[in-house]
Amino acid sequence: MTTFLMGSTTASDISSQLTRLRHQVGAPAVGMVLTLVVVSDESHQYDAVRAASEASREHPSRILAVVPREREEATRLDAEIRVGELTTGEVVLLRLYGELTEHADSVLAPLLLPDIPVVVWWPGNAPKVPGKDPVGSFGQRRVTDARSAPDAIAAIRSRIDGYTPGDTDLAWTRITPWRSLLAAAFDLPVGKVLDGYVEAEPGHPSAALLAVWLSEKLGAPIKVTESKGPGLTAVHLRVEEGEVVVERHDARTATLIRPGQPDRQVALARRPTSELLAEELRRLDPDEVYASAIKRVADYAGS
Amino acid sequence: MNDSEQPGSDGYDPTGPANAPALSVHEVELAIPAEQPQKVAPDDSLTAAQAVASTATTIEVAEANPLRDPRDKRLPRVAGPCVLVIFGVTGDLARRKLLPAIYDLGNRGLLPPGFSLVGFARRDWANQDFAQITHDAVKEHARTPFREEVWKQICEGLHFVPGSFDDDGAFDALAMALKEIDETRGTGGNYAFYLSVPPKAFPVVVEQLKRTGLSKPPEGAWRRIVIEKPFGHDLQSARELNNIVDSAFKPDSVFRIDHYLGKETVQNILALRFANTLFEPIWNRRYVDHVQITMAEDIGVGGRAGYYDGIGAARDVIQNHLLQLLALVAMEDPTAFGAAPLRREKEKVLEAVTLPEDLGLATARGQYTEGWQGGVPVKGFLQEDGIPPDSTTETYAAVKLELANRRWAGVPFYLRTGKRLGRRMTEVAVVFQRAPHLPFSKTDTEILGHNALVIRIQPDEGITVRFGSKVPGTAMEVRDVNMDFAYGEAFLESSPEAYERLLLDVLIGDPPLFPHQREVELSWKVMDPIEEFWAAGKERPEGYPAGTGGPSSADELMARDGRAWRRL
Repeated sequence: MTTFLMGSTTASDISSQLTRLRHQVGAPAVGMVLTLVVVSDESHQYDAVRAASEASREHPSRILAVVPREREEATRLDAEIRVGELTTGEVVLLRLYGELTEHADSVLAPLLLPDIPVVVWWPGNAPKVPGKDPVGSFGQRRVTDARSAPDAIAAIRSRIDGYTPGDTDLAWTRITPWRSLLAAAFDLPVGKVLDGYVEAEPGHPSAALLAVWLSEKLGAPIKVTESKGPGLTAVHLRVEEGEVVVERHDARTATLIRPGQPDRQVALARRPTSELLAEELRRLDPDEVYASAIKRVADYAGS
Repeated sequence: MNDSEQPGSDGYDPTGPANAPALSVHEVELAIPAEQPQKVAPDDSLTAAQAVASTATTIEVAEANPLRDPRDKRLPRVAGPCVLVIFGVTGDLARRKLLPAIYDLGNRGLLPPGFSLVGFARRDWANQDFAQITHDAVKEHARTPFREEVWKQICEGLHFVPGSFDDDGAFDALAMALKEIDETRGTGGNYAFYLSVPPKAFPVVVEQLKRTGLSKPPEGAWRRIVIEKPFGHDLQSARELNNIVDSAFKPDSVFRIDHYLGKETVQNILALRFANTLFEPIWNRRYVDHVQITMAEDIGVGGRAGYYDGIGAARDVIQNHLLQLLALVAMEDPTAFGAAPLRREKEKVLEAVTLPEDLGLATARGQYTEGWQGGVPVKGFLQEDGIPPDSTTETYAAVKLELANRRWAGVPFYLRTGKRLGRRMTEVAVVFQRAPHLPFSKTDTEILGHNALVIRIQPDEGITVRFGSKVPGTAMEVRDVNMDFAYGEAFLESSPEAYERLLLDVLIGDPPLFPHQREVELSWKVMDPIEEFWAAGKERPEGYPAGTGGPSSADELMARDGRAWRRL
């Protein structure tokens, strides 16, 4: 990997440096499929860029990491360009100082790749209305993460207030394998679900989303109860003939129990952020099912 | 490129094509807004589910499932509860392709809970021996990383039934084992039988399935049979084979695997043509000069000598893979991406194929001789083990075909395939006519060739557009340049193997990617006169040194039309 540090620079200098680097490697037209903007503070930056780089192996991207720094310093833009083995695309770290911290969009605009979609990801704190945020409004897709908020449940409940089609939250992405397994369990008719509960570590936003999704689809009351975790640990659904249960205790393998059927071991591992992000980037159209889940979670009383 | 019988060397390119977001046929269907499940009253959903039990195709099951929603694109297409039975599970194909593909499906979360895999072969194995073999095959050949929890899930569902195909007792044992699996694993009597066996074993296996009643599904379950090419060696034998399979299975339960059609790039031909406006207007005789479809292999016959002798390149490759590619490239737009509309359009094209009058001038065949292949000295075809020294089987075949329809009249389609050629490569090249008038001087455009659109199927899947561009400088010199789209760059780092996609489609019951018997018969109708002409001629195939571009008669075939093959 090659790293180029550019102190007190401008977006157009960065842009021409990127072009020069591409020509140097002899690949002036690498087929990148999107620009991924990561807005993060310095403390989250390292992990976030790493996850984004791993996801870019599946979705070759230009990754633009925006790191707002000290507001009181003199206005300045520092950049760090990384190209090479770790990512299929390019990574540009943009550190913003002084007044520039308020004008990240002016730095980003010339650096977005033409003609291809932009996805904005806030691994930490997200703006109240991502779609109206100056950086967020570049994005076709805006990804937040309720779990990083101090009160994750409050964060996921307030998502609907700032919702614009194209928003999603990684708390929703995390439950895809659970939803997929539950859907498979219902491929064999099991009869009407009477009620049920989702069990997870306290304050887990994904559990709330899973509960409202199940409740909406099954037309039955579904509660959230607490367990020691990690993450989601079980879903219990009471049907006339017994219970449909998915239990996971070791964060890797789950047991599926259905009435009148033998118990099944199924792989259900927790996924790293890079995989969540890769799933998020797979489809760039608005997720309507997510929209209806956060609508319901807003008025959801929980346990 | 190698063929399905030699899956091991069918070098899967890990930088290969994508999970083709544009063209999962099933997804396209699902994208049609359907009734939203939550609107179904709870009581109705129960009756709907019961109603489904009597039909039980996976798509209908999905519709009755309250948790499935066509708008919910995150949930993958997962097969319903079922058992896959593989006959000939000790074979090369099973070890190198099928077993790893099953693991990869499991790893991607696409196998249903309770999915079971039954191996059947003439080996004195217990379940754990089979598990060990599967484990080794997965470790060695799977595309996705090995994960203990996924393996555990698959391993639970592994069973082995020993026996030979003519052993009634063994099939009775198989029927018993399947019944038991239904009870212990909840697979609901849904079985797919994969015949990874030589064609001569088909009749006896099918007869046994019929005798034991395994071919007849009970109410609410399904039975499917998967067969590999070759589907006969001429029209008559293809019909006989079909009669055998038809006697036991309903036509819509028969899945003919042409692993080429599972490749993302091949499916992308349809996306390229019918999802874009850019190409379709020039996709006809007004702009297209000719089309070249090539499948070149660098390997020889190797272990397939016994099968290959007497069959030859034309039957082995042109009849199925190349004619299917031709159909996809030349067909009209289907009314929908379902199996029936797609097959209808492909059949129309295959029906429109006409052979030139003088087959001697429009076909060429060859046999590789001793030579150097990629820096290694290799044997000639006649020196290969298991090939009689007087064999007249061709290892290279080229044919010129025409299509009798309005879109393509007068545009020749050149198809060629061969073994031991210089490079492994499969591609479809649509070569366009020259500009009718060039406002440049003759010297300016001296080195400008035809514009071309090349669909690279393997290796390095992608699309190349070739056109003229000005060479920088004071002179107006125009030269050919390439504009390149590579799947490996634009999409997934590691895309599903053809067999993964096809196995999943079998388990789901989604047939668009499988050729229908009518297509098989139409293809034989194209090939049979050529084979008869060659057989009647008594001429020996022309030799070509291994590692070269094929026999000179093939080059002459093109030269007569004032054209040339694209360099391999």
